[in-house]
Amino acid sequence: MTQTTIPKPQKPWSTSLAQRLATAGVLAIALVLAGAAVELTGLSGKLGFAAAYFFFASLLIFVQQLRLRDLAAAKDSLLSSFAFLAMTLTLIPIVSIVSTVFLKGYKGIHFGMFTNDMTLASVNDPVTSGGLIHALIGTLIMVGGALIVSFPIGLLTALYLTEIRGNLARPIKFLVQAMSGVPSIVAGLFILSILVIPITQELTGLMGSLALSILMIPTIARTAEEMLLLIPNDLREAGVALGATQWRTVSGVVVPAAKSGLVTAVILGIARIIGETAPILLVSGGADALNFNPTSGPMGSLPFYIWKAFLTGGTEEAYARAWGGMLILLILIMVLFGLARYLSGRKAS
Amino acid sequence: MAPTENSNNENNMEKKMQTTTPSSLASVAGNREQRVPGTNLLGTGLETRGVHAWFGTKHVLSDVSLDFAAGTVTALIGPSGCGKSTYLRTLNRMHEFIPTAALAGEVLLDGQDIYAPGTDVTKIRLRVGMVFQKPNPFPSMTIGENVLSGLKLAQLKKSNTDELLESCLVRAGLWSEVKDRLGEHGGALSGGQQQRLCIARALAVEPQVLLMDEPCSALDPGSTFRIEETISELAKSMTIVIVTHNMQQAARVSDYTAFFLSDGGPGIMVETAPTSKIFSSPTDKRTEDYVTGRFG
Repeated sequence: MTQTTIPKPQKPWSTSLAQRLATAGVLAIALVLAGAAVELTGLSGKLGFAAAYFFFASLLIFVQQLRLRDLAAAKDSLLSSFAFLAMTLTLIPIVSIVSTVFLKGYKGIHFGMFTNDMTLASVNDPVTSGGLIHALIGTLIMVGGALIVSFPIGLLTALYLTEIRGNLARPIKFLVQAMSGVPSIVAGLFILSILVIPITQELTGLMGSLALSILMIPTIARTAEEMLLLIPNDLREAGVALGATQWRTVSGVVVPAAKSGLVTAVILGIARIIGETAPILLVSGGADALNFNPTSGPMGSLPFYIWKAFLTGGTEEAYARAWGGMLILLILIMVLFGLARYLSGRKAS
Repeated sequence: MAPTENSNNENNMEKKMQTTTPSSLASVAGNREQRVPGTNLLGTGLETRGVHAWFGTKHVLSDVSLDFAAGTVTALIGPSGCGKSTYLRTLNRMHEFIPTAALAGEVLLDGQDIYAPGTDVTKIRLRVGMVFQKPNPFPSMTIGENVLSGLKLAQLKKSNTDELLESCLVRAGLWSEVKDRLGEHGGALSGGQQQRLCIARALAVEPQVLLMDEPCSALDPGSTFRIEETISELAKSMTIVIVTHNMQQAARVSDYTAFFLSDGGPGIMVETAPTSKIFSSPTDKRTEDYVTGRFG
């Protein structure tokens, strides 16, 4: 048997070191030129420098590609430059918000905030007194309540639109789309005027949940509809051809196949409402005391906690509380998203 | 699967492939053991009387009357767009799954019209199973769950599902390949294996008729051969109707062949006869032109 030598695996298509160095050189020159432009011309500041750098970098890469290759490649590089610019512009606010909240918020974080509420602390007390457990619990209860109301309604609406496709499908689709543009204050006022004032005459967490549901249902229904439309018709036919009723096919085949998409619908629904302040303000009261009962008495929430700390505060301690509350809200959202992604991805592999 | 068995299969397949040039289709069809209608105890078969079909106002199928005797394999052949798939879907009421669909005529299963008012459509589909052109295993289920999904979906009570699972996979010719990986997802299988999984799934609810809509058109020759073997095996216990674009396949697997054609208007059934006759001495000129490859 002859010995075959196995060649070393290579990637002949990847960029060579020389090319990388050339690109790095071009970018370095652009950096110098941008520095010079800021010194010598009317441009100034970080923004001016960034604009000049982008201008010189894309220009130099364009020229380099034109010399090394051809016009088509040069145009290609120009498109890449603009795509990179757009990506950066998108990233800046996100990174800025997250970093600001972290940098300002960590000062407001202390262990006691998860055990205390604000009944005994005032704006002038040190940050370590009081806490936001009432707001955290309130947010979880109200969002959970809204989810319990919205998910079945949203999913069934989506099933009506995609599976039953009744005569009302078109107008309902239009209404759901229109409903997703309802301002949150309107949702709050709606619950206030049809439930709170005429019937319950009490601001409670349940009313907050219902107001949030009005905002959440269209988001869940629309996303779930899109996810269900992605399920190939073959699977519905296969289910029905096995002697299943439509309901069994939907519950046994279509919905399980769309599971990860439906989790996305829930994530987007939660994302839509978790930071809502206006409806909470109107119908759930926004208490400083911990309240586990959504059917009785006012209930706090994180957005309300932040709003109150900023509005009634004016002291350094109050601002620290507000930023701390924002950080907790941000972390809560991240945890929920991570959890949802984990749950939806677990069985798919 | 043992390596020797594998190579045997390939040899067989090559032999069959070689003998199936259009001119020798008739001899291939002649090789198949002729089954006599009505010798099987599985009901009296399926008949259609003057079936027409529409999509919206478009008349796609005109006046098709055909008998499928119990325990036979019938191939429906014809050029694309001649209505043979539409016709197949009228046989288990999948036609009505398309919102604009309409129908006239009778489809009799054991003498009962499956379109008669008050007929439970899900019961009909349990008795007349279907395998689709594209393999479509349920993505959220494992291989084992896929096979038994019909029981769950139709809410049939079965004891001893393990035995049923094995027997369905054996009959579909897939058992030896998947017996150690029943817990994996169906998507992990190759296209040909997925199609055999879909056949096993259709078998689990024990239909008396199995409809196959171009079951091999998305598959390679090796998988096609395995499925044709499966069809021959299944024909012992059920009635099979298969739509195919592949005339060699029709010649290899079927007892009877029906030729469909559309001249721009609705599709019609031109001729039906024992398969060997269709490929050796068809009555109609158009059938002869088609099976000898002069058009289509």
